[in-house]
Amino acid sequence: MNAPTRYFDDSVKGFITWSIIWGTIAVLVGILISLQLVWPQLNVAPYLTYGRLRPIHTNAGIFGWGIGSFIAMFFYITQRLTKTPLWSPKLARVTLWIFNIAIASAAVTLALGINRTKEYAELEWPLAIVVAILWVLFSLNVLMTILKRKEEQMYISLWYIMAALVGVTVLYVVNNLGVPLHLFKSYSAFAGTNDANVQWWYGHNAVAMVLTVPPLAIFYYFLPKVTNNPIYSHRMGIIAFWSLIFMYLWTGAHHLLWTPVPDWIQTLAMAFSIMLIAPSWGAVMNGYLTMNGQWEKMKSNYIVKFLICGITFYGLQTLQGPMQAIRTFSAFIHYTDWVPGHVHMGTMGWVSMVLFGATYYVTTKLSETEIYSVKLADTHFWLVLVGQLIYSVTMWIAGVQQGMMLLATNPDGTLHYSFMETMIAIFPYYKMRAVSGFIYLAGLLVFIYNIYKTFQKGADSQAAKA
Amino acid sequence: MLEKNPVIFIILAFVVIMIGTTVTMIAPFKWINGAGDRIAEVKPYTPLQQEGRDIYMREGCNNCHSQTVRTLAADVERYGYGGTYSKSGEFVYDRPHLWGSRRTGPDLARIGLKYPDPKGAWHRKHMENPQSVVPASNMPSYAFLNKPLDTTYSERKMKLLKFPYSQADLDDLKGKSEMDAIIAYMRKLGTDIPVKKVEAAVQTAALKNPFTEYKSIESDAKSVYRQHCASCHGDKREGTLGPALKGSAKADAELFKIISQGIEANGMPSFSAALDEQKIWKLVTWIKLDTK
Ligand code: HEM
Ligand code: HEM
Repeated sequence: MNAPTRYFDDSVKGFITWSIIWGTIAVLVGILISLQLVWPQLNVAPYLTYGRLRPIHTNAGIFGWGIGSFIAMFFYITQRLTKTPLWSPKLARVTLWIFNIAIASAAVTLALGINRTKEYAELEWPLAIVVAILWVLFSLNVLMTILKRKEEQMYISLWYIMAALVGVTVLYVVNNLGVPLHLFKSYSAFAGTNDANVQWWYGHNAVAMVLTVPPLAIFYYFLPKVTNNPIYSHRMGIIAFWSLIFMYLWTGAHHLLWTPVPDWIQTLAMAFSIMLIAPSWGAVMNGYLTMNGQWEKMKSNYIVKFLICGITFYGLQTLQGPMQAIRTFSAFIHYTDWVPGHVHMGTMGWVSMVLFGATYYVTTKLSETEIYSVKLADTHFWLVLVGQLIYSVTMWIAGVQQGMMLLATNPDGTLHYSFMETMIAIFPYYKMRAVSGFIYLAGLLVFIYNIYKTFQKGADSQAAKA
Repeated sequence: MLEKNPVIFIILAFVVIMIGTTVTMIAPFKWINGAGDRIAEVKPYTPLQQEGRDIYMREGCNNCHSQTVRTLAADVERYGYGGTYSKSGEFVYDRPHLWGSRRTGPDLARIGLKYPDPKGAWHRKHMENPQSVVPASNMPSYAFLNKPLDTTYSERKMKLLKFPYSQADLDDLKGKSEMDAIIAYMRKLGTDIPVKKVEAAVQTAALKNPFTEYKSIESDAKSVYRQHCASCHGDKREGTLGPALKGSAKADAELFKIISQGIEANGMPSFSAALDEQKIWKLVTWIKLDTK
């Protein structure tokens, strides 16, 4: 055996810290906009109005918290799986700077109303270019590390990582094509129905390449680590991986059912969405079976709890999603609060749960110590779980109720309820959702405290050793 | 081998991703917005309307309002305002599309048909203080749009988007506020495709109310009222932007004529396309009642 490889983890720590900061901001803004929906007086014109804040919430959540943590985890995992130090630590440090500048500028420009309006691709062209450069630099660092690897076999997590690097690049570049008017304004390269079709090809695959593939890479790495069980089936992993990345790209138009997008595109989207259940559940089952029946670890190990709960939400998410992709069901719930219910089971449940688990693990490894408090980690777990469940369940009820009222007609074909009646009916659920946000926030603060204390504990014991 | 060669792996992953992409995203460019989709009556935006559209984007109105009437009966009934479901050809000048994904507020694809008033009185009041016309609304106030419109780039926008414009169009921008621009945009939405108006009965004398009592029609009439009339005449027919209607003393035939043909000068829209004769008569019968 050679001397153990020295890994470069400063940037891992940097990205973890900053992604948590941006995630907290996302949740705070989420709470603010959920309150604005009940009390419109809370809008502060013009910068802090709902229309400007909602994209700040989604961008801080997906790009700040999501992508920020994925970068941290990809740097961490890639080094371990390749048994190779990061290709360029200097580049990693530069990447963190660009990342923070990009997210901060995103928040500022969106508050100023500089907004392309395409969901999850709102940033105007100069900033979109910065994001693209950020992604390329990050990808380069990971790919070069893989190319120079000392471990020949590439474990499942590395496939998912590589697919995400390629996929996000293609999607982001195409959906951001446009013609600049000046530095702060551009018009889309595509018009009308074409633009909508490109947007949701992007939108749904942002779900695939950002909110599914990276957390799966992370899940597949950490679950065997914390349980000490090997992944249940390598072959199942291979089949699930290739069919997942093949099928996802056909499904964007399930966001556009009953719209002017050609029917055959809608039908393909519907069919492929249903087929997606198979590879998605392949991934879920591979996770469950990796537990190898040792379910008592759910109790004895606080990280397993986060990971298994996360993959369970992923399983539910990938049953609910295909259901929403069926025309008749979409007619009912599309445009209603049902969809934010779905979204937050994915983001607050699946993505965040897996990231919480992974962050605990990495934090203890980097600080070479045990977690500051398992009890606090448990408290964190229950608070975010309860917050998440209240959020999604109230929004599903609100969505079904409003959907039913909106479609109700009288015998002579006139509508039974005015729009405002349907809105008044769901205000109670909006209030409960805001409460769920505070519960989730409390959980998040417990998490932050625990992580901070663990790093401090690690630093203290290192100081004592020196 | 695949698990040992990252370069081949990445190329293969790219190819796999591009299959679905090619079929469902690239190929449709051949048909969408092509000759088959074109609708002759649909016109590009004027400089003022485009400025309004850009303000709509800046404020992120799309986060709460969609702009597509789906091919569902209830959608057409609620958001068609006498027009039909949305057609691809109506959006060919939209860069980007503003279809949205949430209806926290109502769909706006044909809002121009709902409030045709050239002065935009309803819109102005609503934008300045939404709760003054729709008390339970959760829409923010946009009174801050009452400031001069920045027209620095107006002409350049027309050139970039390849929209025709005249000097008169540009002159029309003078002295306009951001509020004027966004109202101009909303008044244009959905109005290009001609709406088939029901032949308004010519002879007022021939108009006879088929309903002699109100009990059987009350709930139908109320729901039509809430949907189409309440935003200007008040939830309780007490009059807000438009006059009070409760217990109106006007003759049935006259009320019928006003509702079906509208009074353009006052901003009262015509409902002959959105409502059939039966529904108008039900309304007439019910609004004249002096009870709750
Ligand atoms: C098999 C997997 C899935 C399918 C077929 C699917 C399907 C759908 C459909 C049909 C919608 C649109 C609903 C509507 O507007 O009517 C939607 C929205 C969404 N889904 Fe999923 N879903 C899946 C999994 C996931 C996962 C794992 C996440 C992870 C977070 C997720 C996040 C989202 C988001 C963020 C949106 C909202 C997009 C928007 O309107 O802005 N989905 N999904
Ligand atoms: C306490 C936590 C949170 C609260 C209170 C909250 C609140 C909200 C609200 C009020 C909306 C607008 C819903 C609407 O359109 O009616 C929203 C949308 C959204 N949020 Fe959150 N949020 C939270 C956490 C998160 C997190 C952690 C993420 C991402 C990692 C996230 C991602 C999103 C996305 C993608 C949407 C757009 C959904 C769509 O297009 O349908 N949220 N959130």
